[in-house]
Amino acid sequence: MKINDVILRTVVKGVVFIILTLGVYLFFSGHNAPGGGFIGGLVLGSGIVLLYITYDLETVHRKMPFDFKKVAGLGVLLATGSAIGAIFFDAPFLSQTDAYFTFPVIGEKHLTTVTIFEAGVALTVIGTLVTIILSISEDE
Amino acid sequence: MNNLLVLPLIIPIITAVILVFLREQVILQRIISIVTMVFISIISFLLLNTVQTEGILRLDFSGWLPPFGILFVGDSFSIILVLTASIITSICLLYAFSTIGDRHEKMFFYPFVLFLIAGVNGSFLTGDIFNLFVCFEVMLLASYVLVALGGRKKQLRESLKYVLINVVASWMFLIALAFLYGTVKTLNMAHIAVRVAEAGQDPLLTTVAILFLVVFSLKAGLLLFFWLPGSYSVPPTVVQALFAALLTKVGIYALIRTFTLMFPLNQDVTHTIIGVMAGITLIAGCMGALAGRDIYTIATYNVIIGVGFILIGLAVGTEASLTGAIYYLIHDMLAKALLFLLVGMVFFVSGESIVKKMNGLIQNYPLFGWIYFLVMLALAGIPPLSGFMGKVLIGQGAIETGSYVLLALSFASSIIVLYSLLRIFLASFFGESTISFEDRKPIPKGAYLAFVLLAISIVYVGVGAESIAIYVKDAARTLMNPSIYIDAILKG
Repeated sequence: MKINDVILRTVVKGVVFIILTLGVYLFFSGHNAPGGGFIGGLVLGSGIVLLYITYDLETVHRKMPFDFKKVAGLGVLLATGSAIGAIFFDAPFLSQTDAYFTFPVIGEKHLTTVTIFEAGVALTVIGTLVTIILSISEDE
Repeated sequence: MNNLLVLPLIIPIITAVILVFLREQVILQRIISIVTMVFISIISFLLLNTVQTEGILRLDFSGWLPPFGILFVGDSFSIILVLTASIITSICLLYAFSTIGDRHEKMFFYPFVLFLIAGVNGSFLTGDIFNLFVCFEVMLLASYVLVALGGRKKQLRESLKYVLINVVASWMFLIALAFLYGTVKTLNMAHIAVRVAEAGQDPLLTTVAILFLVVFSLKAGLLLFFWLPGSYSVPPTVVQALFAALLTKVGIYALIRTFTLMFPLNQDVTHTIIGVMAGITLIAGCMGALAGRDIYTIATYNVIIGVGFILIGLAVGTEASLTGAIYYLIHDMLAKALLFLLVGMVFFVSGESIVKKMNGLIQNYPLFGWIYFLVMLALAGIPPLSGFMGKVLIGQGAIETGSYVLLALSFASSIIVLYSLLRIFLASFFGESTISFEDRKPIPKGAYLAFVLLAISIVYVGVGAESIAIYVKDAARTLMNPSIYIDAILKG
């Protein structure tokens, strides 16, 4: 049975961009302000799940051909990799560092290794969240 | 600061994730996982020797000093257990290569074993009680998967019970943590010990301690072991061996750490309760082992007897009995792993798990039969083997403090252990075989290798008890004098 969900589809087209933007914003505001990889990942993941609910699996898969289990794996690798990176600089495990860099157009920016760690967390959360939802829904 | 300390946790996690990407390359998965575990064993051996020369090791994550940050602490006790656990996992992996089957290997069996060992090692090494909770969860989540992997009806039934009981236990763990944090305002174990000592462990803190006792007893199978026989007898053999060797031991480790470091002051209450619980565990475990008709039941109840026995060492609480408890813990991990591997192999070659329905196994598999005989003697505590030192020292401690009831129970349980295992030996291994030597089902070479390596370790721990005595004695000394541990954390 095909339900008439034209309103849902139209709204989602706009809303999903707002959700994804919010997710990215939360992700980058982390480590100094409320936000971070976990929350950013949850918001991004919920945006993706919303796409899956609105459109069917095939359509979304065509545009985002990722195996979300592997996304989660990649996330864990990134997070643990940035954590053990400190060992090679003879600093305690999980140590992070930061510095200010000046770029040609955008000016001075604050770059941190925490961002790599947070990116790992975010990817893990997105991967796990979407995998859980997809495997529940595939059961039918 | 010693970054080596975190490797037993982080290396298995990283390799496990890499193995996820190598799902189809089974041979590569095997090589990577065994190399990882051997590497971790070597690292923990190096750490153990470093502890002897430099004292307790500490690693403050990203440089946050205790009590503010999370840290890993390596004293002899925890690193001995990490070393034993890593060696056992390496040997169990050897057994898994030839027995677990393609289906398991492609369903992420090796990654989950590595996650399990990461959780186990993390629980042994952490110096922060909330971190202990997290590592418990890592270990439990991996174990949920390993129980259910394979998807037989019996497995799913038992895994449901296993998950439920552990979720309840974890929930109680969180409540206990909340109470503890609410009373002493810290989660660092050494700092908790200081705060509890300052407050003199009043009745409120003792109640919190008892809540922890209940939680860890559920995990260790001390008295609250009703979930254990079912869920330990359904997964594949190698998973059973890993569970029997590692999971309850993490609970025992947590109990010993909690009641020697954090809440040692009100021993009249806490240690008496532990003693009573350990005694009842022994009696109930013995009844189960005697009543068991099939080999799995007998083996799982032997795990419970082992738990009761080790915790008598804690209940008595002298330096001798704790030394004995550590010796027995090492022995029990090795011997229970071997026992479960052997029992699984008996089922594999005979297709039968009821003791009386098999006979004459030793005629077709002489080495296999004698290794079973060896592990039986070791579990009963016959002198040159590994169980002996532990039993003698726990007995010595019990006599020193006049706990004659516990003494009698513990030694009576040894006889029951011997009897229950001898029954399998006489009925299933001795006698005339109905299958001729030519028609026998061959035992894989990898399995034999695992048996022999574990048997050698058991003999080594028994005969070479003197060579590991420096490590064990140092561990017991630290447990008896928590101030050594506390000073290493808070004054270093």
